[in-house]
Amino acid sequence: MLKLTNISTSYGKVRVLREVSLEVAENEIVALVGANGAGKSTMLNTISGIVNPTSGSIEFLGKRIDGMPPYDVLELGISQVPEGGKPFPDMTVRENLEMGAYSKKARKFMGESLERVFKTFPILKERGKQLARTLSGGQRQMLAMGRCLMSRPRLAMFDEPSYGLAPVVVGELFTFVQELRNQGIAILLVEQNIRHALETADRGYVLENGQIVLEGSSRDLLSNDHVRKAYLGI
Amino acid sequence: MNSLSTGKYLPNPRIPVLFSAAVLAAALLPLIMDPFTTISATNVFIYIVITLSWALFSGPTQYISIATAAFFGIGIYTSALAGELMPFPLVVCLGGVVSFVLALLVGLSTLRLKGMYFTIFTFGLSELIRHFVLWWEVVMTGTVGRWVVSVDPIPVYYTMLVILVVTISFCFFIGRSRYGLALRSIGQSEEAADHMGINITAVKINVFAITAFFAGATGSTMATRWTYIDPSIAFNPLFSFMPVLMAIFGGIGSITGQIIGAAVLTLLADLLLTEFPYYYMLIYGIILVVVILFLPGGIVGLWDSMKKRRRTETNENT
Repeated sequence: MLKLTNISTSYGKVRVLREVSLEVAENEIVALVGANGAGKSTMLNTISGIVNPTSGSIEFLGKRIDGMPPYDVLELGISQVPEGGKPFPDMTVRENLEMGAYSKKARKFMGESLERVFKTFPILKERGKQLARTLSGGQRQMLAMGRCLMSRPRLAMFDEPSYGLAPVVVGELFTFVQELRNQGIAILLVEQNIRHALETADRGYVLENGQIVLEGSSRDLLSNDHVRKAYLGI
Repeated sequence: MNSLSTGKYLPNPRIPVLFSAAVLAAALLPLIMDPFTTISATNVFIYIVITLSWALFSGPTQYISIATAAFFGIGIYTSALAGELMPFPLVVCLGGVVSFVLALLVGLSTLRLKGMYFTIFTFGLSELIRHFVLWWEVVMTGTVGRWVVSVDPIPVYYTMLVILVVTISFCFFIGRSRYGLALRSIGQSEEAADHMGINITAVKINVFAITAFFAGATGSTMATRWTYIDPSIAFNPLFSFMPVLMAIFGGIGSITGQIIGAAVLTLLADLLLTEFPYYYMLIYGIILVVVILFLPGGIVGLWDSMKKRRRTETNENT
C-alpha cells in the first residue's frame, strides 16, 4: 500500500536519506531500525509530507504523495505519532483525542472512533478530563497512539514509541501495536529498541547512514550476523 | 463551524441570556446617561475590542503580536482619507477591510517566524508603517496630519457597540469551534498540530487577518471623535501594548477575563488621570506589576482560585 522508490532527502546540503526504497503492504507491521542519526525520523517525516524529498517517489494506495502537504497526506490515511508522542500538554485527554479527528473525513466518525480508542486504551477513558501533562510517560504514548487512531488511518507510523519508557510499559505498548494491526491498520514502526521491534514486526529494514543496508523477514534479521553484532550485542 | 464534540462545548444556557441583557442595557445607556458617561463607555468598548481581537490570536497560539497599533492606525487613516467620500458605516467597514488585507500580507510573510522573532517583527512592522506614512506626508503631500470628518458621540457609541457585539460573538464561537482547538494546539506543539492534519499556515493567517479587521474597524470609528490625526497619534505603540497588558490583567485564557481586564484598566486610567494627574503613571504601573507578580491568572484567575478554596473548605466542614 505504501511504496517508496529511491527517495533522497536533504537538509540544506546534508543528505540524510540516500535512494531509499521501502514497502509496506496492507495489514503488515514493518519495523525500520537503526542507530541514532541514521535517518529514521526523517524517513517518516518525508512520508507524512513534513519534509519534501529531493528525488524519488512515494506512492500510497496507488497515488503519488511526495510533495503533498501533511494535511492532504493525513486525509489519504497516513497518520504519524511523532517521537515522544507530543500530546498537547494543556489540553485534556479528551480534547487531545478530539484533535486527532480534525481531518474532514475523520470528524464524521468521531463518536465511533472515540469508542474504539477507549476500548483499545481503557486508561484514556478513565483519565478523560485530566490534562495531558499530568499523564505518565507510558500513558502519554498511549494517548498519542489513540490520537493517531482518531484520524482513522490506513497506515500508522510510530516514531520510537519505546523511547524513555520502562521495559514493562514497552512490552505493553507493543501488544497494542499488534492489536491495531488486528483492527486492519498497517504499521510502520521506527525503533532503536531493535529486538522488541523485530519481534513485533513481520518484516524489517535496517537503516545506516541514510541507506538501507539490510531488509527481510523479522526472523531472518534477528538471526543475521550483522544485526546480532551491531545492534543486539551478541 | 461544526462543533467538535458533545456536552462541554455547549455553552452555559445563562450566557446568551446574560449577554443579550448586557447588550440591551448598553443600547439604552446613552438615553439615560450624560454625554461624558457615553464617551467614557465608548472608550471602554474600544479597548475591549482590541484586547479581544489581540487575545483571540495571540492567546491560544502564543504568537505574541504587538502590531495592534498598525491595524488600528490603518483604520484611523482610512477614516481620514475616505471620510468625505462615503457614509460613516461604509468608512468603518472599509477600515476593517484595509487592515484585514494588510494583515493577510503580513501574515503570509511573517507567520513562519516564531517566538521572539515574530514579536519583534510585528513591533518593527507598526513602526515601519508609522514612519512610512510620515515620510509620505512630508515628501508627497507636504503636510503632516489631517482632519477627519467628525461624527457625533451617539452614533460613534452605537457603532462601537455593534463592533463589540460582533467581536465578542466571533471570539465566543471560534473558541468553541474546531478552529479554537486548532489554535490552541498550534500554541502547544506546532509539530504535533502538523501531524493532526491542520493546515497551520492557513489557520494562523486567516485568524490573524480577521482580528486585524476588528482593530481596523475600531480605528476608523474612533478617528471621527479625534477630528485631527497624524502618524504619531494613529500609530501610537501604546495601542499595541495596552491589549497585551489588559488581557494579562484580566486573565488571558477567557473572554470574560479579557473583557474585565480591558474595562477595569480603561476606567482606572480615566480615574487616575482625572484624580491624580501627577501620579497617574506611577500608580498605574504599580498596579500592573502587582497583578503580574501575584495573580498569574489575572483577575479571573483570582476569582477561580477563591471559588476553589471555598469549595475545599465546605468539603472539609462536611
